[in-house]
Amino acid sequence: MKILAMVKRVVDPEVKVKLTGDAQLDPSILDYKLNYFDEYSVEEAVRLKESGAASEIVVVCIGSGDAQKEIRTALAMGADRGILVETDEADRLDSLTKAKLLAKVVEREEPGMVLMGKLAVDSESNAVGQMLAALTGFAQGTFAFKCEVDGDTVTVGREVDGGTSDVKLTLPAVVTADLRLNEPRYASLPGIMKAKKKPLEVIDPDDLDADIDLDEPAIEILGYELPPQREAGEIVDSVDALIDRLKNKAKVL
Amino acid sequence: MKLLGEHLLDEEHVMIRETARRFAETEIKPNAMQWEEAGSYPRELHRIAADTGLLGVGFPEELGGAGGGALHLVMCVEGLMRGGSTGVTVGLGTHQIALPPLLHIGSREQQQRFIPAVLRGEKLAALAVTEPGAGSDVAGTRTRARRDGDHYVVEGEKLYISGGTRADELMTLVRTGDDPHGGLTFLLIPRASEGVQVSAPLRKTGWWASDTAEIRFDQVRVPVERRIGPEGAAFLALMRNFQMERISLAAYGVATAAIALEEAMRWSRERRAFGRPLTGFQVTRHRIADMATTVESARVFTLTVAAALDRGEYRVREVSMAKNIAARAAVEVTHEAVQLFGGLGYMRETLVERLSRDARLLPIGGGTEEIMKEIIARELDLRGASR
Ligand SMILES: Cc1cc2nc3c(=O)[nH]c(=O)nc-3n(C[C@H](O)[C@H](O)[C@H](O)COP(=O)(O)OP(=O)(O)OC[C@H]3O[C@@H](n4cnc5c(N)ncnc54)[C@H](O)[C@@H]3O)c2cc1C
Repeated sequence: MKILAMVKRVVDPEVKVKLTGDAQLDPSILDYKLNYFDEYSVEEAVRLKESGAASEIVVVCIGSGDAQKEIRTALAMGADRGILVETDEADRLDSLTKAKLLAKVVEREEPGMVLMGKLAVDSESNAVGQMLAALTGFAQGTFAFKCEVDGDTVTVGREVDGGTSDVKLTLPAVVTADLRLNEPRYASLPGIMKAKKKPLEVIDPDDLDADIDLDEPAIEILGYELPPQREAGEIVDSVDALIDRLKNKAKVL
Repeated sequence: MKLLGEHLLDEEHVMIRETARRFAETEIKPNAMQWEEAGSYPRELHRIAADTGLLGVGFPEELGGAGGGALHLVMCVEGLMRGGSTGVTVGLGTHQIALPPLLHIGSREQQQRFIPAVLRGEKLAALAVTEPGAGSDVAGTRTRARRDGDHYVVEGEKLYISGGTRADELMTLVRTGDDPHGGLTFLLIPRASEGVQVSAPLRKTGWWASDTAEIRFDQVRVPVERRIGPEGAAFLALMRNFQMERISLAAYGVATAAIALEEAMRWSRERRAFGRPLTGFQVTRHRIADMATTVESARVFTLTVAAALDRGEYRVREVSMAKNIAARAAVEVTHEAVQLFGGLGYMRETLVERLSRDARLLPIGGGTEEIMKEIIARELDLRGASR
């Protein structure tokens, strides 16, 4: 079985972003990383390959040329080859546009399973996986903490409100990873050295013939704003004082 | 914050640092305090490190290594130091100075026999050069190896040997001839040989988790096939090795200073005095500004020299400069960090206290600050009349 693992290059959540005068992200201090949730999905793909359930792992990313670094990171973890759908406008593509592009890659590659993070830690939309499943007609198992392949089915344990639920899907399927799925490995040095030599294909989104208009992206970024400063908390010494603050200060009662 | 020197790194370097950092944060950091206080860490850690390939940096793939050059090694040190223990980082790396003579002058058969097992973390190796009467002055080596049939008989004493109390193999510098430099030879001596007496770990200022040994060789019989390279070839092999050892020590300096700076910044924002955080005083801000300037310039210089080495350039002068700049940076910045921590900076529970002790070795070990200056002066073609 072939697995497609979708990955995104995101601003390292640990970087304290700064804004420039014109309300853009200050590029001089930005650092990028492989989206955390995608690390879980790549790890799961590698485990499925190690267990014999998968035979090939293809990493797919929509992003700028710099995103080759994130693809190589996934290759170093054990994926076999990479595909970069190269565009400098990735930030301006909405979830549906991305899902349509990825659906075209799925059409070309015909995987038995697509693994991806449940969301990207920068935009936090939690949408592309579901849309991709709808567009490709694949079954979907979202928020996976468990992913067990057996023949032509996969049992996905899902994190849901108030507990968990298991769904058994017939492959091909889209599975989106949640945090408990596994513990992503760090790439070994031989893995890193090998990643350099693994094939990485760069494709032009226009060549995918998707039903989208790349010249008119749905998103226009007007500017960035930092979240408002949080005020310091207050420790009250009695329940009465608490009720008073909730009523008169927070005005929630 | 994206540091200036990052432009010298490619994605492979960055990934290696990331792997080393993650290994350090999961395997070392939670235990760093305990291992430092105990003066030792589990031998098993070498196996775990080997699984990540970190032990193999700089060694060829056919010997079980991961390949790579100076920048790879520097990244590895930067990442591993994030575990917060210089001692453990040093302990995991003693083979980086012990094994290179095998690469430079050893036979294929010797390389195959000794290197892969160490890179798999199964065997430990240490470099035994320094003696009670010969440190900076390697030509003063007195440990003798006398040929007796198909054996050498070794008699002498080595001092301050990192990893010496539990290394399986000791890359030992011995004298086989009278020429001060040309009479020096490497023997790879099993620590378990009869007549090898290893002291208890020496008690020292810093680097606690790394054991340091005094080793006596009392009529130790070593098979001739354990001679590395021909007789008299050791000095040049040792000199070649120094470049890598010193650039990696520069990396220790940079990492030590960088971590101390981060700790100092965190603390100065948190700690309040006279109704404001320490950063509320201009003198603190200026102190930290100086520390940051020191760290950043040491780092850019070190990375630049490492990159030059990887391009195959002859940079003996600059390697010596990097070692001095970075060692100084570590000593100065940790000193300032302790100062900013006040009384807490003098307590064993703080990282800056440990780093300040660890840093003190950097201008001494692997060629002292003064010896580095001797080399720089020589490379500048300044000849003294002192000899
Ligand atoms: C914790 C630790 C770990 C070590 N690990 C190892 C190891 O694994 N293997 C190993 O072989 N060795 C090891 N060493 C030894 C270390 O490399 C030596 O201590 C170092 O080279 C200095 O030698 P020395 O101690 O004999 O000092 P000396 O050479 O006696 O120097 C004393 C002082 O004299 C100065 N001096 C000497 N010559 C000159 C000169 N020509 N001009 C001006 N000043 C001069 C020195 O700079 C120094 O300030 C270790 C040492 C320590 C403390």
